Amino acid sequence: MSAEAKIELGQLTVSTSPHIRCDESISKIMWTVNACLAPAALFSVYQFGAPALITTLICIAAAVATEYLVQKWQGKPVTINDGSAFLTGLLLGMNIPATVPWYLPLSGAIVAIAIAKHTMGGLGYNIFNPALVGRAFLVASWPIAMTTWPEMASKIDGVTTATPLGILKLQGYEKLVAVFGDKLEMYKSLFLGTRSGSMGETSALLLLLGGCYLIYRGYINWRVPVFMIGTVGALTWAFGGPAGLFSGDPILSMISGGLILGAFFMATDMVTAPITVKGQIIFAIGAGALTVLIRLLGGYPEGVCFAILLMNSVTPLIDRYIKPEKYGAGR
Amino acid sequence: MNNNDSLWDIFYKGLFDQNPIFRLALSLCPALAVTSTAINALAMGLSVMFVITANNTVISLFRRWVNPKVRVPVYITSIATIVTVVQLVLEAYFPELFRALSIYLALIVVFAIILARAEVFAAKNTVVPSFFDGLGMGTGFAGAMVLIGVIRELFGAGTIFGLEVFGAGYDPILIMILPPGGFILIGLMIGAFNIYSARQAKIGAARAKACTACAQGSEA
Repeated sequence: MSAEAKIELGQLTVSTSPHIRCDESISKIMWTVNACLAPAALFSVYQFGAPALITTLICIAAAVATEYLVQKWQGKPVTINDGSAFLTGLLLGMNIPATVPWYLPLSGAIVAIAIAKHTMGGLGYNIFNPALVGRAFLVASWPIAMTTWPEMASKIDGVTTATPLGILKLQGYEKLVAVFGDKLEMYKSLFLGTRSGSMGETSALLLLLGGCYLIYRGYINWRVPVFMIGTVGALTWAFGGPAGLFSGDPILSMISGGLILGAFFMATDMVTAPITVKGQIIFAIGAGALTVLIRLLGGYPEGVCFAILLMNSVTPLIDRYIKPEKYGAGR
Repeated sequence: MNNNDSLWDIFYKGLFDQNPIFRLALSLCPALAVTSTAINALAMGLSVMFVITANNTVISLFRRWVNPKVRVPVYITSIATIVTVVQLVLEAYFPELFRALSIYLALIVVFAIILARAEVFAAKNTVVPSFFDGLGMGTGFAGAMVLIGVIRELFGAGTIFGLEVFGAGYDPILIMILPPGGFILIGLMIGAFNIYSARQAKIGAARAKACTACAQGSEA
């Protein structure tokens, strides 16, 4: 058979260079990220019991169903098997308290997929991280339900409905330490995840493990979480203390709230974060600084969600100004 | 405007084809700010409808004597006068609405849609068509405002014009009566409007095609 005939039959693909052989695909990356989130998700189900499982499942089911319906309606190929809608649902589920009424995860997932993702053109075109838009929608719509956290099924005594950051905001640092007993106990509890919070805010350790695997696989750049968490730690240390400069508690600020989840799994989103490494570092530092601003001066106890969304909106600007030098063009 | 357009056409185009909010995307500021309840939206819609109709009439009456060089100040003076009338009437008879609409009532003076109709239509047409143009545009604007207001109030508070709809068990979606909810809703409604008019255009094209086809068929 001649080459022309093979091209005609689709057996031979002709394309321009560069030719890179690579077995990475959207679905492979997305399902790996899902798998990396799984330990932390399962642990939170263990911690919070059945409500956590139900909330997460509603989120995932609604996200995937919305994706299916929207793509059917638009007449686009249906891509629910690539795991991206599943990931959005899972991330959203891990960003809300376990015991919210059923319509919160449902409407949050619909907003995340239909409005944040598909009105922009679908996967790869969205400006904002869909899961975070879903969360922001829920926080604005049902502020009370979204800030009432459940006690844990396997509860360590003392920590009840307010999250550590909520206590810190309203009652001060001393009170927070008193709740846990002493400082070391507090760090341990926060790091292992035996305290209240949104589902994915709980176990820093398991999130770190998942995040490190993603770094090892090369799906995310280690600089983003390191710079974001580092910025939060440094700024909280400098400005977050009650006794003037450099009296804040950097360790507490780094392992509490949704910071680790946000820094590893949301600020590193391939679609909504800058392309270049330099741009990603700017993005991470900006998100960290905004997080601290919202935590210390804003109305909400936690600011990771809005910080990342705000940085999402300047991503195109960062990409415009931070351009890699063309090979051989410099000097 | 063609001379052979009927008054109904002039009126009707403001409702759908050139709806101020959904098609021309003018005056989005009040559409966001005062549509958190249906009654506020209705009051604002009716005020604008009155101003745009009255202003169109006045401008077209005096169109021959206005020097084009000073036309914008003249239009603004006319609009401001009519807005002042509306403000005083509302303040006298509906003080609550007047407070709710507050600064946006005075801002009607600089609404793009009113100046645009004066410039585009009233300055070039006689009184009666100008009146119907203003009435159509005003109705389109008021209708859009009320539609947005009803939807936002329904989901954001569970009521329509203050009447409870969903019952006490309804957990209101607060974002709908906040500015971001207004933005999202208007975006979705403009999208829905575009889908509707694209479909209308397609139907029209198909009909035209069918007609030429049957005409050719009869010739053959």
